[in-house]
Amino acid sequence: MAPLSSSFIAIVFVNIVGFYTQYGDCNNGRRVPETIESDLTGFSVPLEHSFEVDDVPRFWVRGNIQLKAGRENNVFLSQAMLSEKDRSVLKDVAAVDGLYRIRIPRVSLQADRQTDRQLEGYLTAFVRACSLVESHLSDVITLHTDVSGFVIGVSIVTMPGACRGAEVEDEVDLEVFNTTISVMAPVNAPAPETALFIERMEQEMDKKGKPQEQKSFFAKYWYLILGGAVFLMATSSAQPPAGGGREQS
Amino acid sequence: MAGLCSVFSVCLCLLGFSAAVFEDQVGKFDWRQQFVGKVQFALFDTHSQASKKLLVATEKNIFASLNSRTGDLFWRHVDKTGPDGHINTLMMHGQDAVVVVGNGRLLRSWETTVGGLNWETVLDTGSFQSAAYIGVQDVVRYVAVLKKSAISLHYLSSGHQKWVENLPESDTVQYQTVYSGGNGQVFVLGVVPNSHIVIVEYNIEDGEIMKQKSVAAPWLSSLQSSCVMVGSGVLLCADPTTKSLYTFPLQSADQTTMTPILLESLGVEVAAGFQPVLISTQPHPARPPLSEFFLQLGPDYHILLQLKDGLVSTLRDFNPSYLVAFATTGEKTVAAVMSPKNETVSSLYCTVINLYSADTGRRLLDTTIIYSMDPNGGKPAKLYIHTFLKKDDSVGYRVLVQTEDLVLTFLQQPGRVVWSREEALADVVTMEMVDLPLTGTQAELEGEFGKKADGLLPMVLKRLSSQFILLQAWMSHLWKLFYDARKPRSHVKNEVTFETLSRDEFNLQKMMVMVTASGKLFGIDSKSGTVLWKQYLENIQPNSVFKLMVQRTTAHFPHPPQCTLLVKDKVGLGSLYVFNPIFGKKSHISVPALPRPILQSLLLPLMDQDYSKVLLLIDDQYKVTAFPSTKNVLQQLQEMASSIFFYLVDSSQGRLSGFRLRKDLSTELIWEVVIPTEVQKIVGVKGKRANEHVHSQGRVMGDRSVLYKYLNPNLLAVVTESTDSHQERSFVGIFLIDGVTGRIVHEAVQRKARRPVHFVHSENWVVYVYWNTKSRRNEFSVLELFEGMELYNSTVFSSLDRPRPPQVLQQSYIFPSPISTLEATLTEKGITSRHLLVGLPSGAIVSLPKMFLDPRRPEVASDQSREENLIPYSPEMPIRTEWFINYNQTVSRVRGIYTAPSGLESTCLVVAYGLDIYQTRVYPSKQFDVLKDDYDYVLISSVLLGLFFATMISKRLAEVKLLNRAWR
Repeated sequence: MAPLSSSFIAIVFVNIVGFYTQYGDCNNGRRVPETIESDLTGFSVPLEHSFEVDDVPRFWVRGNIQLKAGRENNVFLSQAMLSEKDRSVLKDVAAVDGLYRIRIPRVSLQADRQTDRQLEGYLTAFVRACSLVESHLSDVITLHTDVSGFVIGVSIVTMPGACRGAEVEDEVDLEVFNTTISVMAPVNAPAPETALFIERMEQEMDKKGKPQEQKSFFAKYWYLILGGAVFLMATSSAQPPAGGGREQS
Repeated sequence: MAGLCSVFSVCLCLLGFSAAVFEDQVGKFDWRQQFVGKVQFALFDTHSQASKKLLVATEKNIFASLNSRTGDLFWRHVDKTGPDGHINTLMMHGQDAVVVVGNGRLLRSWETTVGGLNWETVLDTGSFQSAAYIGVQDVVRYVAVLKKSAISLHYLSSGHQKWVENLPESDTVQYQTVYSGGNGQVFVLGVVPNSHIVIVEYNIEDGEIMKQKSVAAPWLSSLQSSCVMVGSGVLLCADPTTKSLYTFPLQSADQTTMTPILLESLGVEVAAGFQPVLISTQPHPARPPLSEFFLQLGPDYHILLQLKDGLVSTLRDFNPSYLVAFATTGEKTVAAVMSPKNETVSSLYCTVINLYSADTGRRLLDTTIIYSMDPNGGKPAKLYIHTFLKKDDSVGYRVLVQTEDLVLTFLQQPGRVVWSREEALADVVTMEMVDLPLTGTQAELEGEFGKKADGLLPMVLKRLSSQFILLQAWMSHLWKLFYDARKPRSHVKNEVTFETLSRDEFNLQKMMVMVTASGKLFGIDSKSGTVLWKQYLENIQPNSVFKLMVQRTTAHFPHPPQCTLLVKDKVGLGSLYVFNPIFGKKSHISVPALPRPILQSLLLPLMDQDYSKVLLLIDDQYKVTAFPSTKNVLQQLQEMASSIFFYLVDSSQGRLSGFRLRKDLSTELIWEVVIPTEVQKIVGVKGKRANEHVHSQGRVMGDRSVLYKYLNPNLLAVVTESTDSHQERSFVGIFLIDGVTGRIVHEAVQRKARRPVHFVHSENWVVYVYWNTKSRRNEFSVLELFEGMELYNSTVFSSLDRPRPPQVLQQSYIFPSPISTLEATLTEKGITSRHLLVGLPSGAIVSLPKMFLDPRRPEVASDQSREENLIPYSPEMPIRTEWFINYNQTVSRVRGIYTAPSGLESTCLVVAYGLDIYQTRVYPSKQFDVLKDDYDYVLISSVLLGLFFATMISKRLAEVKLLNRAWR
């Protein structure tokens, strides 16, 4: 604990952004929410974004994330279209390889905890502006929660993710976000599966062991017992004459 | 169970692992060094003249016996770590040593020749104050243990308690000293700070209080720091404020105040602000202490005084003197004083130790020992004297000196070092292995390829000259072989010195650079374990954090290799120490001043013109300092800035944040992940090792398709632990986070789990160990990440362009032992299969094949899984005895394992460090690239030769036959 709290751990990241020859299919089968009506039991948090040519973040609202309490993975995003000015800025940012950032406030997905205490700060993520432009504003936003339902991180990726320098017709493609939003809770890591293993072992034992189990003790070792008996008899019958002979002489 | 075992053994036989060493290989490729740590108590066995035992008790909770002739360990007892095993006091009488352990929890008596336990007694609770032998009529019978509120007397022979008595008014009086002059009473001395001293006299037989009195001493705060017993029951205290000594005879019936003696009357002066220290000696526990004592008046100033009839007289003045000690042999008591060699010039590097007769202060003739200090070491801190009577009845002696950098040196007259031990190595914090430099001839060859071509003729000449040098080297090698072969084997010594230090054919011999907690650096030859250089860094604060980086390897001849040590103190203020890892010399390169606390350091693969890698240091204002910061480097950094990312972890707030470098060396925050500290706290973050190679991109499945690995070099494994420690609700969280984009790639929770958590992150897998609170056992869990059946982008990996999350497979296993540390093997090209090296608290190191930790192990074996060599799943992980790579060479308290690749792909060098250091080699896939020792060269060559001649002869015969046929 001591070395961690006082220090920070270092690694090196040098990311080589190369020229990509292919990119993946953007449709991964997730549900795409369209029109969103507000839910009375849920609550909403603002999703903010920032893209500036000088790369100094200035966030403003992009949309609202509607979260429905209690139910897993029940999240919708309502967002406005990009204005003409924003579109041109976004294209400019993409041209200088700037970043497109998003942020959401730290919240808990449990509704009852909402009122308890407001967490401070934001969770931020980014994607290269050019990849957002080239993917025609199709992005995948994921909110990650911890075990107790606090949102701990947000991630954004575009589909496809590469920047290939393709031209984009701004009027057609840069108006509406095509966003897939989802909430990811931690998965339960498996514990060692002893029960299944023992069951399987028992089955194998049953298969192997049954015919032999049927035999009785005598049925199994009759030859040993018989041999032993014969041997005993032979030795006991052979000895007295020998002993007698010695006594006589 | 039998069935389980049989299935298992069948599987194993099919696979056929074997990693054990043969008997004749013991010690051939491995070595172990054992240490004891910083010595707290050291006693020489004065029981008999021929004895060569030295008993030590150390801060590492170790009680050991050293051979005073060689410095080797006779035996060593490693107790629990922490205050439970702390050795409070060590006393010796005859053959037996009495030890109080764990703040007065246990009283033990050890037999010192073999280190066997005579007896052990559990004492009542209460914090330990002091212990003393109690003698009656010249025979030591009992040992008295003084606790905060009670005193108990135990028989020395059996440890049984004779009596135990509560101390009167123990809530106000601090009892600190127990004393017996050997005449039937036990005195317990306590103090009420700044008020008075309480003296309680007990009857030895039944523990009855005989007398009780108090003496006013308003200037006294602690007995232990300022008072000693001198002469026949006289309490002597030093008071720094009035600069005087106070005496009080314990047995006096009428005296009620202490008698002051002004130091001025002795003609001595106390150094300003110095607390005077009294040193007395009691040669025999059943007799009163001597009336002579030392008074330390300043850091380098002692005087020898004598108390006679209530009067103190000066016997001798030692100014300057660093250390003093009393020692007794037979009836003679001597005082040893360490002082500078030349009294006018107090050079610290050459000191002498002299013996003085304790009762007169006269210097004994021919008793000088010259102690020359290591200029790269620390100052002497403790002095222990071993005296013995020579044949002519004069006193001979040897000295044991412990220095600040934890070197134990044993010297004898006139200054010969009998042995020395580097006890700083008991606390290795971090280490690196550096390749040894090439020999002159190898370097010459390298130089030939390195230089630019300058014409045909010079090239030819250069080639010829280097070939000639090679020939010369080979001839001298042959000559040496021939010469050595004639000598008997024992005479051929393979001593390692700087001259003979060069890389071997397969780069199996390396330089181990070790950093210890005391701030001493070591360069150790990995083949023999010889310490080749050492360097003590002074002014290192305790609990500093060290980070060692290799900035330039040996591969860039003629530039020397360069290591950089970043030392961070408690506040985070850092300093850099740059040195040559081969020779240990400090580099003259100017290092940047670091006025602000350092949060993060990262070594970039970018290189300066002189091939040193660039080190970036990020301070608490997120400003970046580059080292080296030449023009070239700054230019490269500007070009690369947008692709240099780093991350910071603040575990106190649970915050992980990512930054990107800007062109002006400032940084910008680009992502943030916050794990609420109310629920869980971060216990560890690990990336991948920079020098790790992965040979195959995927795994071939049973149906010949390929499952591609998710090989993200920027992936971080973050392990958290729940703040709720209830056994049902506690959990361990695993987060896999991309360090560039901050994307949480995977998030898993291991329920009902708790620390200790150890984990390894390598290739495309993370292995972690935790304690299962429900089943009360240690379990292993493995996570493997795959891209799927096709690669997203096979040419290059970029964290910014990997939209699809990887597939994560996970499986858990039961491990039948607790674990101290975990590490993975590492080889040159990553072709060899991986093993996990598991350090167990028992001192064993298990080399566990990664094959057993494979989440694709099937429940039921199928043809496809057999094709893939997957072992059917079984929940329990076996520990097989041949997996113990250190056979019977246990490594106590193993704290870390370091792995390094060698020049042979099959071989991985392993160093386990903790209290001991153990170095060995492991072959995870056996030695597939090495011919066996018993390889039959003769047979192979004779067969080859035979075949060659057979072809020659048959060719000739065939020719003759053809010719004959043509004639016909």
